Amino acid sequence: MNKSVYASPDQVSETKRHILTVLVDNEPGVLARVIGMFSGRGYNIDSLNVAEVSNDENISRITIVTHGTSEVVSQIEKQLLRIVPVHSVTNLDQEGSSVEAEVALVYIYISDTNKKKVYQLCDLYRARKIENENNTTIFEIAGASERVNRFIKEINEITKVEIVRSGPVAISSIKKNEEE
Amino acid sequence: MNNEITGAEIVLKSLAEQGVEVVFGYPGGAVLPIYDTLFKQNSIKHVLVRQEGGAIHAAEGYARSTGKTGVVLVTSGPGATNVVTGLTDAMMDSVPIVCITGQVPQHLIGSDAFQECDTTGITRPCTKHNYLVKDVNKLSSVFHEAFTIAQNGRPGPVLIDIPKDVQFASGTYEEKNKIIIPSHRLFEPSPDFEKNKIEEAVELISKAKKPIFYIGGGCINSGPRASKLVREFINMVGSPVTMTLMGLGVVGSSDKNSLGMLGMHGMYEANMAMHECDVMINIGARFDDRVTGRLDAFSPNSKKIHIDIDESNINKTINVDVPIIGDVKQVVEKMISIWKEKKYKIDTDSLKLWWDKINKWKEIDCLSYNNEGKQIKPQYAVQRLYELTKNTKTFVTTEVGQHQMWAAQFYKFEEPNRWLTSGGLGTMGYGFPAAIGAQVGHPDALVVDIAGDASILMNIQEMSTAVQYRLPVKIFILNNEYMGMVRQWQELLHGGRYSESYTDSLPDFVKLAESYKAVGLRAKTTEELDDVITEMIETKNTVIADIWVTKEENCFPMIQSGSAHNEMMLSKDQKQDKKSAEKGKILV
Repeated sequence: MNKSVYASPDQVSETKRHILTVLVDNEPGVLARVIGMFSGRGYNIDSLNVAEVSNDENISRITIVTHGTSEVVSQIEKQLLRIVPVHSVTNLDQEGSSVEAEVALVYIYISDTNKKKVYQLCDLYRARKIENENNTTIFEIAGASERVNRFIKEINEITKVEIVRSGPVAISSIKKNEEE
Repeated sequence: MNNEITGAEIVLKSLAEQGVEVVFGYPGGAVLPIYDTLFKQNSIKHVLVRQEGGAIHAAEGYARSTGKTGVVLVTSGPGATNVVTGLTDAMMDSVPIVCITGQVPQHLIGSDAFQECDTTGITRPCTKHNYLVKDVNKLSSVFHEAFTIAQNGRPGPVLIDIPKDVQFASGTYEEKNKIIIPSHRLFEPSPDFEKNKIEEAVELISKAKKPIFYIGGGCINSGPRASKLVREFINMVGSPVTMTLMGLGVVGSSDKNSLGMLGMHGMYEANMAMHECDVMINIGARFDDRVTGRLDAFSPNSKKIHIDIDESNINKTINVDVPIIGDVKQVVEKMISIWKEKKYKIDTDSLKLWWDKINKWKEIDCLSYNNEGKQIKPQYAVQRLYELTKNTKTFVTTEVGQHQMWAAQFYKFEEPNRWLTSGGLGTMGYGFPAAIGAQVGHPDALVVDIAGDASILMNIQEMSTAVQYRLPVKIFILNNEYMGMVRQWQELLHGGRYSESYTDSLPDFVKLAESYKAVGLRAKTTEELDDVITEMIETKNTVIADIWVTKEENCFPMIQSGSAHNEMMLSKDQKQDKKSAEKGKILV
């Protein structure tokens, strides 16, 4: 339900995080249509990811993490489907089981005193050092958002870091008929 | 290649193949190639408006009165920004429009060129879909898709932005039937759509003791056949029916089942019946806030069936029990056949009790007003207009405000597509250009814009258009020198402080009409009223009838914002309790 001033007080469901995956025609303006719907109607975007997934058919997959009551999220799904270039909208939480992952690149300020601790922690989390021309210490960590959160929290306790995160992407892990 | 033509020619050829007869527009630098092509042909008529905002409302009026798609042609920059209000209006009221805008040549896009603006960016939230066409060879397929999208599913406005270099470039034209539109871009119900839901709904109706049909503009958008089927089904059930502002005319006002309009200024009996019904059948309406009033007190004890072509309207503000996604005529046709097949019959005893109750509410006579004195009451003016035009094929448009509500209450509509008003967006200035569009679509019909003195000034420049094309549109101004609805709210909610709602220095509307070479008439007293209306109807020219009405009349009944259907105000004396009035004040 919309957060209108006319809102009905009988909303009972709690606010939850939802991952929506939206298949769209890869045409100019399509991302603006999607995010414009969110801002225009007052919905939240926690993170957003977009990339072309099928070259021949010119289709992109947008992964949006949002939060809201089930009424709000169901309204978001329906509003997304009204957008002409949208093929489908899937709420991965509703489907039950899905796999999600995100990537973070972490620039770590290393000194002699913290070097050992940093490498130990990176080993523990299987964060991979990325070689680069300037020989700076940049690590890549991929996985579920919670795991990335924990790594960032712990590395922050050791030293100063600079972080960029992709936000999660997700895919349904349920077997589809055609694959069986 | 020899069969190549210019982009501008492709535009005209696409319009012709789509069956477009008339375009409402205004030329400018970025659409000159299209206007040049327009000059060289005779199949498509162009109506030159006096401001682009007038063009799009005229196209809306044309579309809603004819059922065809309205077409608008304007230039880049200010041409495009001036149609934004109309696009939003068409979006809210689901009117099929194709709007063509010129754009600066591609090499200038992004350079802040003269009359450049990000048209597709600006209009993205107020169109169903829009295009910036960069390749002349895609122009015809874009046009054919645009017309389909504008009409398909829930109709709406579609905008096509064409850079000037694309209008000059040469390319090939593709015919309509060669264009394949992927199914995900359209609404296409499967043949067996919603079968179980429809059966469930019909069974629910058959068991109802206190049913009510709640009819919206979707029934009109579904075409005249939808109205026929809806009437047939309601007659079979024997149920009362109420209509939204946009749904007026789906069921005739004189139909024995009709309770008239519901909502904020709707009929007492309609709102009470909505409040107390046990089964509500919403066909093509969207539980708009003007209709529902306070949501937590909206029809608390009913099972609700909701038929809508747009799934996003389901459970948006009101949770329903049986949602059905589909086109009204298809769904109602199925409902009728199921009703007949299963030989359903509603319990006549309970239905009689229900009608008895409704007839008691009717006795309150919620539209009654004090009609003493020589001064013309606005309600009386609309009543007389109705009486003197009811035997003529008449289209009524309105602006927005008190006069709009009085028109909805006192003008009786017997057929769909005869009533054109800005419902969702509430656009003052809609009615006059919409009347021009309706008159273009129906040259022999009587078209009356019931207007207010404030609203009419918002697009008064279109007088020049009406006179140029000899469109005998009648403007019927209920002149109270106030922005009446603003004044009414200030009286009821803001301690009678009439902040900026009085219009000083109004023009002399009779002289104004004459200055445009139209006819101006005036009625100051009830004695003059009928003569003025008759003369207005008989004049074969554009007419402004300036009807001086009592200045501080309020529009009742009224459900104040934040109140429920059973908390209607019937008159000014009936004060709302202060607490809910304070709560309602923050609402619109």
